[in-house]
Parts: sequence; structure tokens; C-alpha cells
Amino acid sequence: MSFIGTLKVEAKGDREIVMTREFDAGKDLVFDCFTKPELIKRWLYGPDGWSLDICEVDLKVGGKYRYVWKYLKDGSTMGAGGTYKEISEPDKLIHTERFDEPWYPGEALLTTTFVETSGRTFVTINVLYETKEGRDIVIKSPMEGGAAQSYNRLETLLNTLTLEGKK
Amino acid sequence: MSHALSYSDRLDATFAALSDPTRRAILARLANGEVSVMDLAKPFSMSQPAISKHLKVLERAGLISGIKDAQKRLRKLEARPLEEATEWLENYKKFWEGRFNQLDSLIEELKLSKQTSPKRKNKRRIE
Repeated sequence: MSFIGTLKVEAKGDREIVMTREFDAGKDLVFDCFTKPELIKRWLYGPDGWSLDICEVDLKVGGKYRYVWKYLKDGSTMGAGGTYKEISEPDKLIHTERFDEPWYPGEALLTTTFVETSGRTFVTINVLYETKEGRDIVIKSPMEGGAAQSYNRLETLLNTLTLEGKK
Repeated sequence: MSHALSYSDRLDATFAALSDPTRRAILARLANGEVSVMDLAKPFSMSQPAISKHLKVLERAGLISGIKDAQKRLRKLEARPLEEATEWLENYKKFWEGRFNQLDSLIEELKLSKQTSPKRKNKRRIE
């Protein structure tokens, strides 16, 4: 498992986020995990305390999907859904995403590609937000106070942004 | 003025400033300490005005600032906006990392169940 599971998140341009990650399985299986409700329910939940209660998928171009997460502590829910724009099983999936109570304005367009090499699948998720503001999701986690000038974190960021000529 | 911008605007300015490889290289250079505009321009096959233009973008985003110095026009790195951008990306990353780790476990489980029932063909259709 050493090199499996390193998630890379990059900001691209001013409206996009690109996530890349490798999984230890063939693309058929990974594609299923992204598209079959009984499988989606078993991983697309969280953070802690949230379960994916409702998961409906109509996997065809123009078909819709709907997810509703539930917070177990107080029963509150969060719903999201969208429409499939392109389906090339098991290589590519394009769908829109919109939250019932938007935590970002407008819609996002997600392009997910599955590339298999020697039994492992490299997944790239490109999230294109409708607006610049859309990408600036408000994260409600408490910020660490008193963050001083930490060059370690700068380095992390610069690495994240695939900087060449890093010292 | 960058500190008059909202959090969202600041992030936009930061990411836009970082979207250019020359500007990222300039920041990496400044991560090691203050550098004069002259020295900053040296590694690049670019005119001074072209470099100055990049420096202006970085300054507007609040990523660098000038230091008063009689002789040299020094520039230094401002870490705060980068920290905000880093925090933002890290939060996003944490959120998804958890989910993807769950997916790893699921994949392991599915692979095991396939091995124990070799007769079952891959079901490729969605009912």
C-alpha cells in the first residue's frame, strides 16, 4: 500500500480543482465504485458522523443522480445531485453537481477519468466551478490561530502547485 | 490593497498569481530570503519590464512586498496569503482523503469477495 492512496489536490486556473489518486484495483471495479449506489454508499460518506442515506443513480446520459447525507448526531441532512453528461464506461464520467444548500454558488462540472496500468487505476477528478467564487468553498473548520510564517507549509503549497526548481 | 479584499477575493488573487510558472519560481526563490529585483530577473531569459510585471501581480495579491533599501530594490515573501491558500487546499484534501481511504477498504473487500466466488462473472450492467 506504500504508494497507493496519495491524494494530490491542485488548484488550476481560477475555477478548477484537480484531484488525482491511485487505487489498487482494475478500472472496471473502480468505475463501479463510483457509479453503483450500493457501492457508493459504502465509501462516499464522511466526514465523521455523516452517512450517505439516500443514493440514487440513473446512469445514462441525461440521467440524474441524487445523494442525501445524514448527520447522525442531530439527524440533519445535506443533499446534492446532478445530471450525467457523458458516460464512457469504464474510462470516463462527466456529471454536474449542485448542493441543495449551496456551500458554493452555482454548479460544478466534474470530469472523472479512470486509467488502468498493471492492475491499478489512476483516477483524476477535475472539478470546474461555474464561478470563481464557487471554488472558494467556505470551510467551517476552525482555523488554527496564530499561524506564523511557516515555510514548511509554503513548501507544501509550492509542491502542490507542481513547482519546478524547488530548492 | 490586498488586505481590503474579502477572504474569497484574496484566495482568487492568490491562486491567479500562482497560476504562472515564472511567478511560482519567483516565490520559490524568495522562500530562501530577500532578493533584489535585479537578481530575481537573472535566472529568467526575460526583460526587466517583463519581470516587473510579474512582480506587480505578486504584489497585488499580497504575496510579496518591497523593502526600503537605498541601493537595491529588495523583494520579500509574505507568507500569510499563501497560508490561507494552503489551509484551504488542505481542508479540501482532508475531506476527500477520508472518503478515498474508505474506498480503498471497500476495494480490498470487493477483491476478496471476488476471489472467494470465482464463478461469478463481472457484472458489467447496471440493473
